[in-house]
Amino acid sequence: MPQVPEISMALLPFINNYTHLQCKMRFLLLFSRQGKLRLQKWFTPIPEREKKKITRDMTTMVLARKPRSCNFLHWKDLKIVYKRYASLYFCCGLDAEENELLALEMLHRYVELLDKYFGNVCELDIIFNFEKAYFILDEFLLGGEVQETSKLVVARSVEASDMLQETMEEYMSKPAF
Amino acid sequence: MSPSVRLQEMIRVIRGARTQGEERGVIQRECAAIRAQFRQADNGTRSHNLAKLLYVHMLGYPAHFGQMECVRLIASPRYNEKRVGYLGAMMLLDEKQDASLLITNSIKNDLSHSSQYVQSLALCTLGCMGSAEMCRDLAPEIDRLLRASNSYIKKKAALCAVHIVRKVPELGELFTPASRSLLSEKNHGVLHGAVVLITELCERNPETLEQFRKAVPELVQIMKGLVMSGYSPEHNVAGISDPFLQVRILRLLRILGRNNETASDAVNDLLAQVATNTDSSKTAGSAVLYETVLTVMDIKSESGLRVLAVNILGRFLLNNDRNIRYISMTSLQKIVQTDHNAVQRHRGTIVDCLKDQDASVKRRALELSLALVSAVNIRSLMKELLLFLSSCPPELRAHTTSGIFNAAERYAPSQRWHIDTILHVLTTAGGDVRDETVPNLIQLITTATELHCYTVHKLYRALIADISVQSLVQVACWCIGEYGDLLLRGECEETEPVQVAEDDVLDALETVLQSHMSSPATRGFALTATMKLSTRITHNVDRIRSIVSIYGSCIDVELQQRAVEYNALFKKYDHMRAAVLERMPVIDKSSPGHTNGESAGGSIKEMEPTKRTQEVVLPQEPANQVCDLLDLLGGSGEPPQPSPALSTTALGPVSSTAGGDLLDLLGGLDAPLDHVTRPGKTLGPNYRLFMTFVSHSYPPQSVQLQMKAPSGDVIPAHGLGQVTQTVLLNNPNKVSLKMRVRVCYTSQDFVCQDTVQIDSFPSPAW
Repeated sequence: MPQVPEISMALLPFINNYTHLQCKMRFLLLFSRQGKLRLQKWFTPIPEREKKKITRDMTTMVLARKPRSCNFLHWKDLKIVYKRYASLYFCCGLDAEENELLALEMLHRYVELLDKYFGNVCELDIIFNFEKAYFILDEFLLGGEVQETSKLVVARSVEASDMLQETMEEYMSKPAF
Repeated sequence: MSPSVRLQEMIRVIRGARTQGEERGVIQRECAAIRAQFRQADNGTRSHNLAKLLYVHMLGYPAHFGQMECVRLIASPRYNEKRVGYLGAMMLLDEKQDASLLITNSIKNDLSHSSQYVQSLALCTLGCMGSAEMCRDLAPEIDRLLRASNSYIKKKAALCAVHIVRKVPELGELFTPASRSLLSEKNHGVLHGAVVLITELCERNPETLEQFRKAVPELVQIMKGLVMSGYSPEHNVAGISDPFLQVRILRLLRILGRNNETASDAVNDLLAQVATNTDSSKTAGSAVLYETVLTVMDIKSESGLRVLAVNILGRFLLNNDRNIRYISMTSLQKIVQTDHNAVQRHRGTIVDCLKDQDASVKRRALELSLALVSAVNIRSLMKELLLFLSSCPPELRAHTTSGIFNAAERYAPSQRWHIDTILHVLTTAGGDVRDETVPNLIQLITTATELHCYTVHKLYRALIADISVQSLVQVACWCIGEYGDLLLRGECEETEPVQVAEDDVLDALETVLQSHMSSPATRGFALTATMKLSTRITHNVDRIRSIVSIYGSCIDVELQQRAVEYNALFKKYDHMRAAVLERMPVIDKSSPGHTNGESAGGSIKEMEPTKRTQEVVLPQEPANQVCDLLDLLGGSGEPPQPSPALSTTALGPVSSTAGGDLLDLLGGLDAPLDHVTRPGKTLGPNYRLFMTFVSHSYPPQSVQLQMKAPSGDVIPAHGLGQVTQTVLLNNPNKVSLKMRVRVCYTSQDFVCQDTVQIDSFPSPAW
């Protein structure tokens, strides 16, 4: 009989949790009603091919949903939370223990931030200014978690970064002495 | 090479492409231009070019040649170039790419940059795609930033630390001291980051968890402040002050309170307060309440609090918002085992959700309803489930039928109810039931002996109404074959009897036989049923004979074989037909299937209850019918004395003193339901022959037994005749045999048995 190393009983649930190395939110996708991707943020390292497959699965699943359905889905071992805003679907993939209602609030907050920044945001804004959409997202989420819960603070940070960028560009276009 | 157009211009051009091919052409041209630009010296357009490449990448085109450009731009001193460079790194570089290591140094430098916005870029990128190696390298920097920086950087450093801990769990120890002190910060962003970090640390290390239990009072205070504070515009969402932070604190309290009385006690009041004070009219409030409920159910809370939590879930069930109904049911599902009674109180609402339009809600309601079935509510709940079955979406039907059957089996208040329920399911959704349903139902019907008349009437009516549902048709055929005489009698206590003639019944069976809708198995049932009726009807036996002979040349091999055997039963073995097609005994669910030659001693014991019920089954055989005796009894061939006592316990000791295995020769009892047993093995429900081989040294499998048909099935009384049954024994190993023979028979309506042991066989016999 092989010797089994003694493991303290108290550690057992933690050893099970150890395998839970994945992030709570795995990805965030924005896509149009035709299934065109407008933004993708991945919070775990996944090969490119896999990303494409997941994106395809998400768009197929979400676009097939009837208008007044529940905003929650199950896909493999993840919870999918999605919401449609005008012509864009906001879709995120979460671990099974996450709070779906809070995820809905999170998606809504992101939309509000975009709306504040662009002023009555529409899909075209996000298409032509996708890098700004990312910059805003990066002030709101970090590593898949909410980093700032105040709309005001996020808006101010993005503004300030934009100012810094403009200043740099102005500086750049000044003639060298 | 002309300078490529600006980013937005390029996007416009790409979108203007009318075909996929045109788009590809544009993109190829642009990529070529971008590549050329990358190769050139710095000309101030690098960030634009990378941005264009990132757009192309999002459309699904390859962009790996931009990876080195990201590295270069990150190292640039210009903020706009760093910004796009880091964005590119997050999109194009993940830890699996070699190039990702090259940015470690830049990140390190930028973490100490004078501008907090540059620091922020580095923190964000590290927290998004940092590999384990990068994390190990930079962890001390992050720890430094956790302690001494402004809140803008601290909150980002906290989440960056979370990522590091996920990648390299051992580094958790490094961050523990700093995270503890972060709890005293006032800034919501920092507080939120701290709570997330502490949660992560506690989930991974039990010692850290122990440590942070001491922080429970502090967390409770923070939470109270959020719940009771006045309107705070900056963090307010629909009347809830910072729901994101509240939910994270509740989750941390859940982890700290799990399996710990002290910690759980400390948060009891808080949870009650949150539960009662949170307005759940909007999603934000519901999210907080939901997290509260989950926390209450997970820690060691007082029973009053648990009831409150379940009531909140019950209230959620009535909410107009479909999402809230859905998560309420998923939560109730988790606790239905542990808090069964509390969930039962909301059964009515749950059952109403079966009628919801949304498929996800319906599915949850079904799961929950099935979990709530109990002996008390079985009748009313089953009505709802059957109603649901008639209109449920096709993907849920199989699950619903099997759930209904399980529930019916466990809690059926009466056999009649049970049979009615199964029949209802078969009529509504017979195409979606599992294969075992047919034999299970037949077994149930045989045990419900008082209901045979009722059952056959119901099934006959169902059969003449519709023959498309195979499972229902199979059971109906079997029943009509078995109990057709009850149908023809024209009287029934439990239900309105039908007035049918023999021809009507045979018509029904023939319709099934000839219909294109009937599967081969179904036709087999119908043919056997027709055959069985030959002993239950009086006038139309010729019709049955002709049906059977027609199918003797049927193209389906199974039907052909049956028909040929039945033909033989009519011709050569007509004297045995009545006995062969007798009413079947009650099928015991646990009796062995097709054990011809091997069985454990336990099988004998299982036969006992079936034997007992033989006395209840209406026997068709005339009185005085006595079955054959084995002539191995030698001199003791006198007719058996009728003995009124039925000693079923005698079976037990015999098999246990046997020593060796028991050979079970009762092929009849284990016949599949729709096959007639072959002549020679069983001659009727009352005939049993047990033979035990007493041996110690060899497996009985080496001895083969073959029983021939008995010469008759009635022994006249007073020794005026005898019946012979030959048994052939093949004993290739020529070992000595001892045999115990037991015979069961009926005499004047009593079932009797007799036992004889044969200790030696004449040696020339081998």
